[in-house]
Amino acid sequence: MTVTARPADTRRSVGSVTRVDGPLVEIRGLDGVSMSELLHLGPHDLLAEVVSLTGSSVSAQAYEYTGGLRPGDPVVRLDHPLSARLGPGLLGGVFDGLLRPLDDAGTWLEPGQQEAGGDPSRMWEWTPDVVRGSRVTDGDVLGHVIEGSLEHRVMVPVGVSGSVTDVRAAGSVNGADKVARVDGVPVGLGHWWPVRRPRPAAERREAAVPLQTGQRVVDVLFPLARGSSAAVPGGFGTGKTMLLQQIAKWCDADVIVYVGCGERGNEMADVLDDLRSIVDPRTGGRLMDRTVIVANTSNMPMMAREASIYAAVTVAEYYRDMGYDAVVIADSTSRWAEALREFASRTGALPAEEGYPASLASALAAFYERAGRVRTLGGADGSVTIIGAVSPQGGDLTEPVTAHTERFVRTLWTLDRDLAYARHYPAVSWVGSFSRDADVLAAWHAGRGDSGWARQRARVVSLLGSADRLAELAELMGVGALPGHERMVLLGGRLVREGLLQQSALSAVDAWCGPERSAALLTATLDVLDACQAAVARGIPAASVEEVDFTPVLRAREEAAGEGDESRHAIARARDLVLAEVEALG
Amino acid sequence: MTTGLAWPRVERLGAAELRGPLLVMSGVSGVGWDEFARIRTPEGPDRHGLVLAVDRDLAVVEVLEGTEGLRPEDTRVSFDGAPLRIPVGESWLGRTCNGRGEPVDGGPPVMGDRLVPVAGLPINPVRRQPPAEPVLTGISAIDALTTLVRGQKLPVFSVAGLPHLELATQVAAQASVGGEPFSVVFAGMGLTHPDADAVRDALEERSAGDELVLLVNTADDPVIERILTPRIALTVAEHLAFELGRHVLVVMADMTSYCEAVREVSAARGEIPGRRAYPGYLYSDLASLYERCGRIRGMPGSVTLVPVLTMPGGDITHPVPDLTGYITEGQIVLSNEVDARGVYPPIDPLGSLSRLMRRGAGAGRTRDDHLDVAAQLLAALAHAQQVRSLADLVGERALGATDRLYLRFEEAFYRDLVDQRKDEARDLGDTLDRGWTALSVLPRRELSMLDTAQIAAHYSPAEGSS
Repeated sequence: MTVTARPADTRRSVGSVTRVDGPLVEIRGLDGVSMSELLHLGPHDLLAEVVSLTGSSVSAQAYEYTGGLRPGDPVVRLDHPLSARLGPGLLGGVFDGLLRPLDDAGTWLEPGQQEAGGDPSRMWEWTPDVVRGSRVTDGDVLGHVIEGSLEHRVMVPVGVSGSVTDVRAAGSVNGADKVARVDGVPVGLGHWWPVRRPRPAAERREAAVPLQTGQRVVDVLFPLARGSSAAVPGGFGTGKTMLLQQIAKWCDADVIVYVGCGERGNEMADVLDDLRSIVDPRTGGRLMDRTVIVANTSNMPMMAREASIYAAVTVAEYYRDMGYDAVVIADSTSRWAEALREFASRTGALPAEEGYPASLASALAAFYERAGRVRTLGGADGSVTIIGAVSPQGGDLTEPVTAHTERFVRTLWTLDRDLAYARHYPAVSWVGSFSRDADVLAAWHAGRGDSGWARQRARVVSLLGSADRLAELAELMGVGALPGHERMVLLGGRLVREGLLQQSALSAVDAWCGPERSAALLTATLDVLDACQAAVARGIPAASVEEVDFTPVLRAREEAAGEGDESRHAIARARDLVLAEVEALG
Repeated sequence: MTTGLAWPRVERLGAAELRGPLLVMSGVSGVGWDEFARIRTPEGPDRHGLVLAVDRDLAVVEVLEGTEGLRPEDTRVSFDGAPLRIPVGESWLGRTCNGRGEPVDGGPPVMGDRLVPVAGLPINPVRRQPPAEPVLTGISAIDALTTLVRGQKLPVFSVAGLPHLELATQVAAQASVGGEPFSVVFAGMGLTHPDADAVRDALEERSAGDELVLLVNTADDPVIERILTPRIALTVAEHLAFELGRHVLVVMADMTSYCEAVREVSAARGEIPGRRAYPGYLYSDLASLYERCGRIRGMPGSVTLVPVLTMPGGDITHPVPDLTGYITEGQIVLSNEVDARGVYPPIDPLGSLSRLMRRGAGAGRTRDDHLDVAAQLLAALAHAQQVRSLADLVGERALGATDRLYLRFEEAFYRDLVDQRKDEARDLGDTLDRGWTALSVLPRRELSMLDTAQIAAHYSPAEGSS
């Protein structure tokens, strides 16, 4: 199929419904239909996708509520697979799982009422970047329009190359206008792309540049590279959504695609409100201007959850192809897996682990594999980073979705229920998390003259481990039975946890923490710990050191705002205050 | 449901199959999925059903009242031609009905302005207004630590034998939204008769004031009808809230009984069982109920949801509390340990959480110091519990001086703040002051979450503890 334009709705074949069981619909009389083709069911044109063909019987999964659909209702072929309309107008928008705009839809979502695609009458300011006669190949930039604070590049469609036979002069164009003609093929601002097919790139490159998330526990302990993938497993109430929303707001990517997949409506409203009101410190625009939201809340049709994940990653790949760093945040991939399971069970597929279909692992692997840093077809450097939440049933981290996801991601931020109960947020466990990007990112930091990054990280990891071990010991024997230097390790663990790792998403000051302030807090914490160890080594009783008021270093994260000298000095002052107290012990 | 429905279209005699709560009709045409059906027998009242699947001329119907006593040959079924709809309107207020919405208070059938499908429609997430104002319950542990917010869904997780129904009823009886129009819809599922009577008595005043809709399916009522009860309750509530502009609190108890009815239907259909034999779609099914709460931009009302559920065997990882917890915005957990202290309500503050509290409480909503006090109380309590387990091992005398104060704080916390009478409605100011009383047991240096101004205004340590 060609992907430059959506094939016309020819409605040449009409079949009829024979069986309806929730989202599973069986149809007869659709000759020549192919797998994954889209259908319209019944009088309300409910959207459905072909999932199996047996003889003359066709099974389809409906993307909408099928209440009232009856045997004998007509079915029409749409002749194309599930596709997303890519083009300017995505940024700042809110879409459902099939990428249909929700901004224009009514208060109550009725089945079969929405149309795909953006508003074609919206005007854009077009600037050509090629001249007539230029030789171009697919992925090359023909020109651009300004979308929010981003230069939205219009590229030669995949599979097209040759000379530019026509290009429109600079000026206003609308979403339906053609802006160029390459080798006779007209090119508009937007095009359709089948969401289940990854968009091609010239080559994959090593992910070696950090994505600064603004969350200290991530950036310091378990960093993520651009083009890498991360999963966030955690039971309910451990703060998955909060952590993901913080990253969506503050990470330093160019484009964020946030998918609310089978999650709460109020949370979507909340994140929308925040993104629309918070100013992006890098561009001065609103954070929403760099964000695409795909909202398929838990009460919206279940099968659209399954599509929403692919629609989102397709949008991210599209911006990657323009040479941007895009991040897909999917909350939650477990709801997507459950949609797979529910449908598999309705079709009578043999269940594998816990009722999930046997294809679960490969589906997860294929999804996370769409992350990557690439050289685009047009020769630019772009990336798609995928961060997926996992909601393990019963908090059981051995359940299939969690267990398989762990195998396919580069970084894992496991959220711990005990930490969350103790209101330690973000509740990222230092025991259950990993970052396979840490080494390559250490090299990146070293390359920029910061060879201490890896050393400090290693020290914090080992300190937290020792503190945990000693805390268990102390619970058995009482803290008084530990030697002074070990009591200082316990104290150090507390300072790191409370002064460095805890970070309140609600704080006006500390919701976001840049690399400089992170480093300053880390250094201050370790300096105080060194002083305490030195004091104990001088013979000062551990109990006296523990009685010192450490509040200034613990609260420094709340009281020194932003990047720059002012906050660095404030943190240093807090540290000196505590150091002086420790010195004064003798 | 006998009220205001369109006259049935076609009636067919003779069922092809009866199995558990299911009835299979053959030779029917033009029946749609999820359609409403009524079943007539020579003896006994009419029964009602929902179409679970259609396959050519076969329709599978789940019978709400159960299939007991039905004979295939003389069972007549007629289909309504549409999913179930009920009348909505203010006429529901002050009424008491069974789990199918039929009055049991001796009054006439409930009539309404128009018919609305009970399945409901999803609210466009873009049109949702983030919940931001509190519903005050007069219960200190809830108002102070897990503030309920208008438009929120906040379940009560309990264990058999604990007073969760009393707590839910107390919330329903005392809740207020600062003088704006307020209603309570109480949906009881699988309640025992004494429980149902207790609920009715406790909510008498609300009912008399035309602020209450009571739907009760008792433990001896048909099990499958529970599948309908919450849907009717929510449909009535949505209309009261989003068309009549009222703030509506919906209490649904006990959701575990509801889920058992869903499981029973799934088993009868021979579906592949998921965890603990609950169907794989339980999450979506629960979400289709819980997600119906909220606020809508530009409309005055709200639907707030308090589902109550008992965790079988006290297991929070059981599918019902687990899936509920993934959908709701927090949870209020009752615990045997707190109950054993003789404290009512026996809320476990550390296991409980209100995710929307940060928007619904604090400056401009409740009191300036509210969020910080709550955070500090919980942090101190978490530490106190660690100290308590240490003290159990090494003895209280081996603890440091500060840690011993934490034990005193824990006692003060439950005694002064949490514990209250079942008919006691506490003002929020009183509640927060009680929180400060408990915190004042601790030395000032331990209160790292409170700023200097708050400490100056409220902290009043007893002699010798600072």
